[in-house]
Amino acid sequence: MLLAQKRLGSLVSSTKFLKTVNSSRLLEFSTSAAMSLKFKNTKRIEGLDKNVWIEFTKLAADPSVVNLGQGLPDISPPAYVKEELSKVAMVDNLNQYTRGFVIIIVPFYDCYEPMVRMAGATPVFIPLRSKPVNGKRWSSSDWTLDPQELESKFNPKTKAIILNTPHNPFGKVYTKEELQVIADLCIKYDTLCISDEVYEWLVYTGNKHLRIATFPGMWERTVTIGSAGKTFSVTGWKLGWSIGPEHLIKHLQTVQQNTIYTCATPLQEALAQAFWIDIKRMDDPECYFNSLPRELEVKRDRMVHLLESVGLNPIVPDGGYFIIADVSSLDADLSDLKNEEPYDYKFVKWMTKNKKLSAIPVSAFCDSETKLQFEKLVRFCFIKKDSTLDAAEEIIKAWSRQKS
Amino acid sequence: MAKQMQARRLKGLDYNPWVEYARLATEYDAVNLGQGFPDFAPPDFALEAFQHAVSGDLMLNQYTKAFGYPPLTKILASFFGKLLGHELDPLTNVLVTVGAYGALFTAFQALVDEGDEVIIIEPFFDCYEPMTLMAGGRPVFVSLKPSPTRDGELNSSSNWRLDPDELASKFTPHTKALVLNTPNNPLGKVFSQTELELVASLCQQHNVVCISDEVYQWLVFDGCQHISIASLPGMWERTLTIGSAGKTFSATGWKVGWVLGPDHLMKHLRTVHQNSIYHCPTQTQAAVAESFEKEQLCFGQPSSYFVQLPRAMQRSRDYMARSLQSVGLMPVLPQGSYFLITDISGFKSKMPDLPGAANEPYDRRFVKWMIKNKPTGQPPHLCSPHPSCLEGTMWKLDCLLPRAWQPSLSPSSSACLIRRTSTTTSASVL
Repeated sequence: MLLAQKRLGSLVSSTKFLKTVNSSRLLEFSTSAAMSLKFKNTKRIEGLDKNVWIEFTKLAADPSVVNLGQGLPDISPPAYVKEELSKVAMVDNLNQYTRGFVIIIVPFYDCYEPMVRMAGATPVFIPLRSKPVNGKRWSSSDWTLDPQELESKFNPKTKAIILNTPHNPFGKVYTKEELQVIADLCIKYDTLCISDEVYEWLVYTGNKHLRIATFPGMWERTVTIGSAGKTFSVTGWKLGWSIGPEHLIKHLQTVQQNTIYTCATPLQEALAQAFWIDIKRMDDPECYFNSLPRELEVKRDRMVHLLESVGLNPIVPDGGYFIIADVSSLDADLSDLKNEEPYDYKFVKWMTKNKKLSAIPVSAFCDSETKLQFEKLVRFCFIKKDSTLDAAEEIIKAWSRQKS
Repeated sequence: MAKQMQARRLKGLDYNPWVEYARLATEYDAVNLGQGFPDFAPPDFALEAFQHAVSGDLMLNQYTKAFGYPPLTKILASFFGKLLGHELDPLTNVLVTVGAYGALFTAFQALVDEGDEVIIIEPFFDCYEPMTLMAGGRPVFVSLKPSPTRDGELNSSSNWRLDPDELASKFTPHTKALVLNTPNNPLGKVFSQTELELVASLCQQHNVVCISDEVYQWLVFDGCQHISIASLPGMWERTLTIGSAGKTFSATGWKVGWVLGPDHLMKHLRTVHQNSIYHCPTQTQAAVAESFEKEQLCFGQPSSYFVQLPRAMQRSRDYMARSLQSVGLMPVLPQGSYFLITDISGFKSKMPDLPGAANEPYDRRFVKWMIKNKPTGQPPHLCSPHPSCLEGTMWKLDCLLPRAWQPSLSPSSSACLIRRTSTTTSASVL
């Protein structure tokens, strides 16, 4: 608790420091001030220094905190995936030498906005909106885009739209009709679709992941993105891929050859081998693409029940490994956190400090204008081993007892 | 699609010589002495470190800290702090990147803005120019030039120097950075204390950042000393020092690199990093950390890899130089790195008309001819088409020989091959 408090303290004082540095621009130019001006950040990264993960991971790093914040499994990858990497480690030759506008749907995986800005384009935001629930269970499918509102965001200078399905943080799995609306607009306005499908295998009963690149007219304008980390529970391998038509991929290759040039060889080899194992048994229940979502659906249902038991109103996700809860009915006393942060930021910090349970505020996934619309929502990650979820359950039960 | 899809920043950057020449070498089944990576194994302790990383703690399969796996940033801070003569904080003075390539990219994106000038010393590792352009900057070139050698004297990379007045003339109020590469690729030049002091004084005078690419820092020969410019007075606060696990431990496929520098510069690199790749793979970082820990224990001793590798490479270098000389080619003996440049102007005067495109420099035609007709090939020494360029008279050769770094080095098959083919060439050409 003390450690989390100290970290909270240092976060607050570092904010003050940033304000001081900005006002020094108005001072007379001494040598050291001139030096620091010349070594200022480039325009492309102006304002991009704050990062929600760095902020909240620091907070949750205290070993006494149960971390359901950042999206990484604490469960083991499948054995054959680990084995492939071990085999590969013994093979020595594998140790050598891998402006416009962009529409972003809110909430969004937080990196989309800074990446768009760093590329010199302007993000255009459109929020998902919830239909009234009327006593039914609140589901991620209740959150939809208004087709007319969406069309109003397109113009001749719209370069791309970023689609994320299954969606982080809601776990929404876009339906055929919803994807058709997006596809029609992309074709009408001659726009690219950047489709982030990292959670493609994590869809739950009654849902199907659809790839927009397969829709008529979409292959030639879609870049589909995938992740080894999410597919095989090996986030630390940091391997991902882009799939698309040659006339688009060649430009991504140009960037790659002028940035990192190659990715780690042994990791790519191990991933390839792991894929071969699972591709050969896609209909087998033991295929990881089937077994993981089955395992996670149980965890999802457990989390839904836990959150309901303490008055945190969950939005049941159709996919992904995150679950959102509406915290407004808890009416937590956050008065000692006197700052201008959104409610969910303060709530998560309070919960981490006081309940030793961490999560991520959903307004971190929003642009500055829509933050208030989502500030009563908090994201929990449930791709965690049972002992972690047991610990979370203990905390939630104690919390619930305190309230009653 | 009717619209131009690609961003303007990619204009002119789609060509990559490595891609072109690697393809050619494969097509003609050539002995590839081109691209700079060993075709031998990393040292046993490094392989073991990687095996430990992939079979140890399961959580190494998941994300680590964004700016570097803590045991790695800690050992880098401790190891290089001593070498740079400056205490390094693992959190604020060290950033782990995807190879030194990734370190360079991050540095350029963080510090080079539209219209900024970047001084690049020729000959240069080819990526400095496109990285400057991609950041909207303007490359400004200044050449190392050889002094004439006496008859019979072998040319050395130490003979290639910058003219101080010419270098000074390249600095303008728009100069943001200077890229220093020592030991230099492709020449193998190891900048001396005096030469570094010249660069340092100009950087300080004009308030310029020095991006110092020191990936070959351990590969120095003939008792040469690698000096990091960041260790010179007044330079720590304006230098980014870049290193590479791939070059350090002969494991280029691990793609682990790093930047060391003062916090007021590093914080901007962290911003770029957290908005681009965010983390580097965990297990390869763990392997590099353990490898450095092993090396730290025997640093400076004969058993150290950083002593043994350059010793072995020096023998390869000398062997290669003798082979080239034996057929009338004129190698420039490198003081460091694992590259060697050879003057082919003798060939040019006797075989001026090799097949190739109208404006294709001679060295590129020569290399393609070599690949197709003689079974060895490598990208020519690469530099931009400027008057100060060597105009295609130099041929860069990779010094590394297969399965070499054991102390008792025997002539490799590829070196013999060069000698045989060169002999054939010499009979008909020289």
